[in-house]
Amino acid sequence: MTDLAANPAEIAAADHAQGRVAGERRQLRYLVGAICVAVLAIMLAPLALSFLASIKTPQEASQSPPVYLPSQISFENYLKIFDFQAGLSTYAFNSLAVAGIAILLCLALAVPAGYGLARFNFRGKEVLFLIMLAPLMIPYQALLTPLYMMFAKVGLANSHLGLAIIHTVLQLPFSIYLMRNSFEGIPRELEEAAVMDGSSSFQVLRNIFGPLVIPGMVTVALFTFINSWNEFLAALIFMNKETAFTVPIMLVSVRTGRLGAVDWGALQAGVIISILPCVLVYVLLQKYYVSGFLNGAVK
Amino acid sequence: MIATRKGSVGLLYMAPALLFVLVFVVVPFVQLVQTSFTDASLLGGGGFVGLENFTRAFADPTFQRALWFTARYTIIITPILMGLGFALALLTAPNRPLEQLTRGIVFLPVVIGLGSSSLLWFWLFDQQVGLINRFLVDIHLLAQPMVWFTKADLVMWAVIISVTWKVVGFGMILFVAAIQSINTEITEAAMIDGAGPWQRVWSILLPLTRRTILLATLISAIGSMLAFDQFYIMSGGGPRGQTFTAVYWIYQQSFISFKLGYGAALSLILTAIILFFSAIQVFLSNRSPGND
Repeated sequence: MTDLAANPAEIAAADHAQGRVAGERRQLRYLVGAICVAVLAIMLAPLALSFLASIKTPQEASQSPPVYLPSQISFENYLKIFDFQAGLSTYAFNSLAVAGIAILLCLALAVPAGYGLARFNFRGKEVLFLIMLAPLMIPYQALLTPLYMMFAKVGLANSHLGLAIIHTVLQLPFSIYLMRNSFEGIPRELEEAAVMDGSSSFQVLRNIFGPLVIPGMVTVALFTFINSWNEFLAALIFMNKETAFTVPIMLVSVRTGRLGAVDWGALQAGVIISILPCVLVYVLLQKYYVSGFLNGAVK
Repeated sequence: MIATRKGSVGLLYMAPALLFVLVFVVVPFVQLVQTSFTDASLLGGGGFVGLENFTRAFADPTFQRALWFTARYTIIITPILMGLGFALALLTAPNRPLEQLTRGIVFLPVVIGLGSSSLLWFWLFDQQVGLINRFLVDIHLLAQPMVWFTKADLVMWAVIISVTWKVVGFGMILFVAAIQSINTEITEAAMIDGAGPWQRVWSILLPLTRRTILLATLISAIGSMLAFDQFYIMSGGGPRGQTFTAVYWIYQQSFISFKLGYGAALSLILTAIILFFSAIQVFLSNRSPGND
């Protein structure tokens, strides 16, 4: 269009096309805005309604037909859930302990493995990498039976360590994969200088790579925490003692109720509390989460 | 050049992870295969029974029904998740505040537990206290609250609605990344050339993101084939065992009826099915990263 030799008709046609595009854009903007607002409402409604139910009085929360909004604010449901059976703090502590052990295990295994995979070449590396990805191919649901038999023998059933080991099985391939990518992303020159100075490979790992792969480690910890906190089936099978329950299992037993009747208000208070840590972590560390997610799923 | 270091040292760094996988994945898997040829139960037993568990599995009407139910669930929910996910990706791909906020909120339920979200929706769908019934009655779509959990089809739809809410952000976020990686000049040029929005989606965005779509479809389908939590919580496998999924039936046989040998055989059959689809996924994702 900046070509001076272009003929006026062409310029006019191009201007017209641009005008049409701009008009189409404007119309689209309004439509997109309206749909976005509708999507926001649909996505947030279940969470908002659950929260509103959790601050109803227990009677109002179990009322049929239900009311949309609480007529008064009451925290009785939350008090109940804190007192439920062994107490919410016990279950939250159990969940945190399992997630904490799983995070430590995942990092302890995945950081060196990622280093080895990214920075060393040797025969059979590809095969070993594939073996480490094996948990991706075999659904862990199928491994629960043999693991249960194994854990029962060595006294790991009903133990937080046992459950954490299973959560590590689940998270390890993704963690190794992520750590390998973290190490691969570091320029070779950094390492070369240190090796010239006579650093051992472990010194290189600790002093040079350590600080640089912290974002990768945060991502590993984040995913392990969320997936461990939420994991349901293994916790259901392995945690039979009431005092060893994790939060998701506690919720199911709230639903079952002491006398068969569901305490709907307490259940929603439990749902809100079980969701809260995940939402907080996601809001605070969204960047790590989304980038790790894209990294792990597509590549 | 130290790009290539001594192999033995590298192996040393990988050893702990390898050992862990060996002890907690490979050995249990071998044990699973062994157990599947026995009549082991939690209470004892364990004699070799040959292929009996497998022949029984293929003749077990509940297992067949569970497999079929799982397949039907997967076949219905996968296109819904992928279609809605792609639509939401188109909607929220621009990096403007409202779109970014929407993207963030649609992805939010992905981080919450399937158990928590299933319990939330279990309440929303309840006949007595559920707000979905209340709402449907209020807008005169229903004459009176209905029971969602006594018909297998309705259970499936209730689960599909709840799971869609929970995981639709999964596909969306992958598709947003894929769409954003496309050079905007291509779509701009198409716009100038007079291609309408539909044409641009159909002839440019879809073909250029097809690898991501295929991968997301496989990951999502594998997830659905392994469905358990949502049915355990929302229907308990009922009515009359009609909503057992494959994993649910395995759980039921292994840990409620204590038939470990039989449960192991069922697990192996499911593993074979999943392995087939995982292999396709791994093959696809290894071939080349990103979109071509």
